[in-house]
Amino acid sequence: MTVVEEPAAKASPPPPRRLTMAKAMVEGIAAEMERDPSVFYMGEDVGAYGGIFSSTTGLLERFGPERVRDTPISETAFMGLATGAAVEGMRPIVELMFADFFGVCMDQIYNHMAKIHFESGGNVKVPVVLTSAVGGGYSDGAQHSQCLWGTFAHLPGMKVVIPSTPADAKGLMISAIRDDNPVIYLFHKGAMGLAWMAKTRRALGDVPSESYETPIGKAAVARPGRDVTVVTVSLSVHYALDVADELASEGIDVEVLDLRSLVPLDRDAIVESVSRTGRLVVVDEDYRSFGMSAEVMATVAERDPSLLTVAPVRVAVPDVPIPYARALEQAVLPTPERIRAAVRQVMG
Amino acid sequence: MAAISQSDHSQSDHSQSDYSEAGRPETGGPLDASVRVDLYRMMVLIRTYEERIRQEYHADKTPGFDIGAGKIPGEMHLAAGQEPVAAGVCPHLRPSDALTATHRPHHLAIAHGVDLAKMTAEIFGRQGGLGHGRGGHMHLFDPAVHFSCSGIVAEGLPPALGQAFAFRHRGTDSVAVAVTGEGGANQGAFHESLNLASLWRLPVVFVIEDNEWGISVSRRASTSVEDNSLRAAANAMPGVRIEDNDVEAVYRAARTAVERARAGHGPSLIEVHTLRLWGHFEGDPQTYRPDLATVEERDPIPSYRRLLVEAGVLDEAGVERIAEEAATKVERAVEFALASPEPDPSTATAYAFE
Repeated sequence: MTVVEEPAAKASPPPPRRLTMAKAMVEGIAAEMERDPSVFYMGEDVGAYGGIFSSTTGLLERFGPERVRDTPISETAFMGLATGAAVEGMRPIVELMFADFFGVCMDQIYNHMAKIHFESGGNVKVPVVLTSAVGGGYSDGAQHSQCLWGTFAHLPGMKVVIPSTPADAKGLMISAIRDDNPVIYLFHKGAMGLAWMAKTRRALGDVPSESYETPIGKAAVARPGRDVTVVTVSLSVHYALDVADELASEGIDVEVLDLRSLVPLDRDAIVESVSRTGRLVVVDEDYRSFGMSAEVMATVAERDPSLLTVAPVRVAVPDVPIPYARALEQAVLPTPERIRAAVRQVMG
Repeated sequence: MAAISQSDHSQSDHSQSDYSEAGRPETGGPLDASVRVDLYRMMVLIRTYEERIRQEYHADKTPGFDIGAGKIPGEMHLAAGQEPVAAGVCPHLRPSDALTATHRPHHLAIAHGVDLAKMTAEIFGRQGGLGHGRGGHMHLFDPAVHFSCSGIVAEGLPPALGQAFAFRHRGTDSVAVAVTGEGGANQGAFHESLNLASLWRLPVVFVIEDNEWGISVSRRASTSVEDNSLRAAANAMPGVRIEDNDVEAVYRAARTAVERARAGHGPSLIEVHTLRLWGHFEGDPQTYRPDLATVEERDPIPSYRRLLVEAGVLDEAGVERIAEEAATKVERAVEFALASPEPDPSTATAYAFE
């Protein structure tokens, strides 16, 4: 990460704190709202409630209802409002409560927010940050559990960032707000560290106090390893790291590459890692076909298929809607068990 | 001269005293002669432009009709007959005010002061166009006058709310005009936008161009209410319907609505019963349209010209001069467009991101 602002008149920055991803995300938003009066946040239940998934906790109290705005349940209207305000020089952050809800406002997202810069020949900028909750694992059914990042990434004109750590949640938020393009910022409910949902220990992490940008389009090696590259994103990073820790005791050294951004995609980082390990597993909580997992594999195949010493394996949601019953849902999600089996498979 | 119906509606709590009064159509004496001449002049400029684009569009699509061929490829939705809407609304706007138009945007772009040469170059798909040939005739963006349009029905309305929001946030009295057709009034985006604009008292003027046809489906066949201005009542804002494609009635109604928005009293809705003189798009055979025989006689420009001549506001020399001025402006714009180079194919992927 790049530290761009350091507290003045201090010899060294204050030590990092352990924060949940939700708190780190809010800290990034608050820092930018403090710095730039053109930043505002709107969406459903982002005011007094503080965001259904704690994406805005405390912001209303701190910045008031003019800048932290509850909207009617009118996603088309407020998504378009964000675009129009951005065109006029503001920096809106607009929350779509669940990514699954894009169906009621996708025209404003992909036909307007994402295309105006292009259609105008670069004459009109649209610096919107669209935040949205993704992911399953808690039996919320087929309309409230999807990741869908592949869909946003497929359509041109939007950057897509997906933090998996509290530090990146803050840094990517700051980068997204400062970016002059539309940025889709997707946060996994299971990685937010919510008190009311099962969480991994990795939802809590060190977060620097000062403001900093996490570069958009740069993957991070979450764990270096020699034997196999696991390319993944979001909550699956946590699971991949858990699996890597376990397999280390068997002498399998797993490298975990956290993409952090799907657009732009850090293709160099993927190829570089696979060129060292020769083995590739892609873990994607989105649907299997026509998505991120295929894109990662195509990246390697296009650069140099001979880098792979064994056929790559992907762990993704099979092409069915997310089931409700717990056993069924766990059967389709990329669980640690499925990741472990995939790693063993490429290891032979 | 114009029949104006007004929807008188009950008020909700949050929008108190001012909206029913503000929604009342203006009456009073005739407009100033100079205003009337300007309205005529703008209508003539728009018509001259659309006739020229029509001519250029069809010039090299033969034999037969190949939509993708020629100097101007693609769909072409021309606004002949709808000049009174643009000419009546836009005199009340400043370059700092926003306007979002539809798939049929030329008249509104011209009347709001979009750079005519660059707009024409964009329609011809040239590098010198507003969007360097990336947008085309349904996607014209001129940030100098806060103009944009969208090819998706009614989806140009929500961004106008955001522009209005930003204007107010900045403490200016700028307004945003959001235009849709009568078919767009059946879209969710329309209803969501009216509610949100009213709820947040945004400085927006909604304009519905009721040309009676959503491509081939008539307003009667698509719309549950007789009059879309009634739909303003559902969102606690004034709604006015202007019959007869009357440019002066549009002018008066828009003045009231724009002033109301500038004063911070929130949005209004104006529906204009206008006329689609030509097809939905060029090449539309219009076989579905029973009113074709009477379309020409409802052309708003000759009738307004007669009215101004009879009133002594314009004479034949003035009419001639206005026609010549328009022809010269359009000729210059087309010359600029044709002189502009085609975009370089190697730059096709530019501008997706900043």
